[in-house]
Amino acid sequence: MSAISNASTSIRAQQWQEFWFYFSASKTAVAGLIFLILVILMALFADVISPHGPAEQFREFAKLPPAWMEDGQLQFFLGTDYAGRDMLSRIIHGSRLSLLAGCVVVVLSMSIGVLLGLIAGYRGGWIETLIMRVMDTIMAVPGLLLALVLVAILGPGLLNAMVAIAITYTPSFVRLTRASTLIELNRDYVTASKVAGAGPARLMFISILPNCMAPIIVQGTLSFSTAILDTAALGFLGMGAQAPIPEWGTIIAENRDLIMSAPWTVTFPGIAILLAVLAINLVGDGLRDALDPKLKRS
Amino acid sequence: MVPVFFGVTLVAFGFIRVLPGDPVEVLAGERGVSPERHAELLAQLGFDKPLWQQYFSYIGDIFQGDLGTSLITNRPVVEEFFELFPATAELGLCAILFALIIGIPAGIIAAIKRGTWVDQGIMSISLTGYSMPIFWWGLLLIILFSNTLNLTPVSGRLSFLFDVPPVTGFMLIDTLLSDEKGSFLNALHHLVLPSIVLGTIPLAVIARQTRSAMLEVLSEDYVRTARAKGLSTFRVVAIHALRNAMITVVTVIGLQVSLLLAGAILTETIFGWPGIGKWIIFSVFSRDYFAVQGGLLLIATSIMIVNLIVDLLYGFINPRILHQKSKS
Amino acid sequence: MALLEIINLTVDFATATGSLRAVDGINLTIDEGEIVAIVGESGSGKSVGMLALMGLLPWTSTVTADQISFDGQDLLNMTDKQRRKIIGKDISMIFQEPMTSLNPCFTVGYQITEVLCQHFGGKRKSYNKQAIDLLNQVGIPAAESRLNSYPHQLSGGMCQRVMIAMMIACKPKLLIADEPTTALDVTIQAQILELLIELQQSHGMALVLITHDMAVVAETAERVIVLYAGQQVEQRKVKELFEHPKHPYSEALLNALPERAQDKLLNAIPGVVPGQMDRPKGCLFSPRCDYAEDLCSQEKAPLNDGILCHFPLDLSKSKKPKAINLETE
Repeated sequence: MSAISNASTSIRAQQWQEFWFYFSASKTAVAGLIFLILVILMALFADVISPHGPAEQFREFAKLPPAWMEDGQLQFFLGTDYAGRDMLSRIIHGSRLSLLAGCVVVVLSMSIGVLLGLIAGYRGGWIETLIMRVMDTIMAVPGLLLALVLVAILGPGLLNAMVAIAITYTPSFVRLTRASTLIELNRDYVTASKVAGAGPARLMFISILPNCMAPIIVQGTLSFSTAILDTAALGFLGMGAQAPIPEWGTIIAENRDLIMSAPWTVTFPGIAILLAVLAINLVGDGLRDALDPKLKRS
Repeated sequence: MVPVFFGVTLVAFGFIRVLPGDPVEVLAGERGVSPERHAELLAQLGFDKPLWQQYFSYIGDIFQGDLGTSLITNRPVVEEFFELFPATAELGLCAILFALIIGIPAGIIAAIKRGTWVDQGIMSISLTGYSMPIFWWGLLLIILFSNTLNLTPVSGRLSFLFDVPPVTGFMLIDTLLSDEKGSFLNALHHLVLPSIVLGTIPLAVIARQTRSAMLEVLSEDYVRTARAKGLSTFRVVAIHALRNAMITVVTVIGLQVSLLLAGAILTETIFGWPGIGKWIIFSVFSRDYFAVQGGLLLIATSIMIVNLIVDLLYGFINPRILHQKSKS
Repeated sequence: MALLEIINLTVDFATATGSLRAVDGINLTIDEGEIVAIVGESGSGKSVGMLALMGLLPWTSTVTADQISFDGQDLLNMTDKQRRKIIGKDISMIFQEPMTSLNPCFTVGYQITEVLCQHFGGKRKSYNKQAIDLLNQVGIPAAESRLNSYPHQLSGGMCQRVMIAMMIACKPKLLIADEPTTALDVTIQAQILELLIELQQSHGMALVLITHDMAVVAETAERVIVLYAGQQVEQRKVKELFEHPKHPYSEALLNALPERAQDKLLNAIPGVVPGQMDRPKGCLFSPRCDYAEDLCSQEKAPLNDGILCHFPLDLSKSKKPKAINLETE
C-alpha cells in the first residue's frame, strides 16, 4: 500500500512539475502571479500596511492632491477624498473586499454550477433538459442586468451583490461541466468503473470530474476577474457595497462629482481595479496554456 | 428559443412577486389603507387571483403588446422602451463597428507577425482593454478629452442648440434628414467617446479571437495549398484564410451582444445617454417595477432575436452548413 | 544542365524541447522529364525537404543548403516575392490529404482559375474554359457542372484530381507529389498514379514522387532516393536498387513488401525511427540494423560511394533471400 501511495504522490509531484514548467514558460503569467500574491498579501495585512484607517476623516485635509503634485503631502500619498479620508488606505482596504467578492462568487457559482453540470450530463433525460433550459433562461438576460434585478429584490449591499453575480455566472460552469461530462461518459474508463459496480456519486466525482477540471479552472480564473469588475460596477451604480465601505467601485461613485476638481479620487481606485483584474487575467492565460495540451506550442 | 422566451417571462413575472413588502404599498404606492381599499387595489393589480391564472393573463397581455404601465411616467412600458431603444441600438452599432474596424485588422496583423513584439504589443493592449472597468474608462476619457482638452461633449446625443425632429430615432439618420446644418457632425461628435468606451471590451475580445482563429486557419492544409499556388500573402490571408477564420469570429460577435447591453447600462449612465440602459437603471432605483419587469423581457427578447440573426449569418458564410440545411 | 539541383539541404525546427533536425544534408538532382521517387518511413523528412524547396515551412524552421537551384535560378537566396512567381507555375506540389487541402469556402472552378489568373493575369472568369479542359484531362466527368462544386461535395479521389488539375494548370516543369495516394482508397490509388504518369509524359514534366510504398516506387520511378531519419542513405536507379540494395535499410524496406513475406509473417523492421530525444550516437539506423557491428553504434556512418553506411552490402554478404527479379514481379 505504501508503495502505491508513494507512487501516487510522486506522480502528483511530477504533474506539478510539468504544470509549473509550462506555466512558467509564460513570463507574463508569472508576473501576474507575483502581482496577485502581492495583492493578496496587501489585503491580508491591510491593517498593518495602510498609513491610516479607511474611515478616518481628516477634515482639514479634504480633497488633497497626491504627494507628487503641488499642495500634496507625503502622509496622504495618493491624496484624500471629499471627506478627508486617505485614498491609499481606502484602496488598500478595498482590496480585501474585491478579493473577497471574487472568491465568494467563484466558490458559489463553481460549486453549484459544476454539481448541476455533472448531474445534467450524467443523468440526461428530463433532468438535463430542465437544468439546461433554466440555465439558458438565466443566460438570456445580460449578467449585469440580472444582477441588478436580483439586488433590487434582495436589497443593496455587498453580500447580496456577490450572491446575485454568482447566480449569473453559474450557467457557464453548468454548460462547461455538462459538455465535458458528456465527452467523458463515453470513455472506456467510465464503462469499466460502472462494470466494477461504482455508484453514480463515485462515478461523477471521482472518475469523471477530475478529467474535466482543466477548462473549469480556466473558467474559474476568468470568473474571478469578471466578478471583481462586476462587483465594482454594482458598487459604482450604488447597488453593491454601500458607502462608506471602501469598495473600489463605490469609492469611484462617491467621488464622481469631483472628477473635475479632484480627479485622483476617481483615477486611482480604477487603476487598482485594472491592475488586479489584469494580474488575474494574465494568470488565467498562463493556466490555460499550461493546462490545455492542444494549445501547447512546439 | 421558445422555451427560453417563456422562461424569461417566468423570471419577469416572478420578479414582481418576490419583491419584499406588501404589493399594494410597493406597486400601487399607497400605504396605510383600509382593508376595503386594500382589497380593491389588490383586485386592480390582479393579485387576488391564483398564481397560475395571473401568469396566463400576463402572457395574454404580452401577446397583445401590453407590458404594463410605468409607475413613474404612467405611460405604457412598451412605448417608453421603443422610444429609447434606437439610442441604445445606435450606440451599440457604432461600438461594434469601432470594435470590428480596429479589432479584426489588429488580430490579423498579430497572427501574421506571431511571436514578434507587434504581436505581443497588440495582445497586451487588448488584454488591458479587457481588464478595465468600463465606467472608470469612460470617466477617464471624459476627464481627458472633454474636460481637459475640450475636444468632445460630455453628455447627451445632440447639442441642445439643435432642434431635430425624431423620425427613426437614430440620431445620425435624423440629423441627415433634418434641415439643421451641422447637426449631423454634432451628433457624430457626441457618439465618438461613448462608442469608444462601449466598444473597448468587444474590441479586445474580437482582436484576440481573430488572432487565434487566424493562427489556427493559417496552419490548415488549404492555406498551404494556397501558398503553394504562388498567391501573394495578402491574397492568402485576406481571401483564403480570413473567410474561414471569420466563421469563429462571427459567433464571438454574437456573444458580445449580451455583454454590450450590460456595458450600455454603464456607458449610458456615465455619458447621460438617453437609452435603454439608463432607463432601466433609473427604473430600478425609482422602484418602477413594471418598467423593470417589462424592460427585462424586452431586452432579453431583443438579444435572442439578434442571436438568431447571427446564426443565420453564420450559415450564410459557411457553405457546408448551407448545403446541409438545403439537403434536409 | 539539371532542372533541379539541391546540394546539402538541411532543415532545423525550433521546438519547445530544443532544436529538431528534420532533414540532414540531402542531395537531389533532377533532369527535365525525369521521374524520381523519394522513399522513407514517417519521420524520415521526405516531405519537409520538398516543402523547404517550395518555401512552405512554418516560421519555426531554418533552411540551410549549399545550393538550391531550379532552371538556373537560385531558390535558396531568393526573396519571397520572387519565389512566388515560380511556385505554382514552374514548380508545383500536390499534397497528401486532398479533402483538407482544398479551401471549403470556394468552388473548384474558382480555385483552379485562381492560379491561372495569378500567374498569367487578366480576369479570372476568362480561364473557365481552360479549367474545364483541365478537369477533363484529369478525368473528372461532367467537368462543366463540376466547376461550381464545393470540395466537400467531392470524394477523396475527385479532390485529388482537382488538386492535380489546379497544380498542372500553369504547365509546370517540375511537379512534386507528396504521398498523393496515401489517404485514398486502394482502388483509387492506382488510378491516380496512372493519371500522374500519363500527365507527366504528355506534359514532359519532371516528377518527384514522395512515398513510403516501395511498390509504388517500382511502378512509377526511374530513380529512387531512400531517406532515413532525415538523412539520405541511398540513391540509385530503381531497377538496380530492387535487384541489389546496397544499404541495409533499403534492403529491409524491400523485404517488408507483402510479396516477400515468408510463411505467414511480414518482415517488419523492428524498432522505430529515432525522434528528437533518442538519436543514436553512431549510425542512425544501427539500433534496427541486422548487419550492425560495434563500429556502427560508435561512429556516424560515412558516405561510401553515395551509400551512407560503414559496411555497404554486396551480394556475398546479403543475409536475406536475394531480391526477386523485377520483370517477374
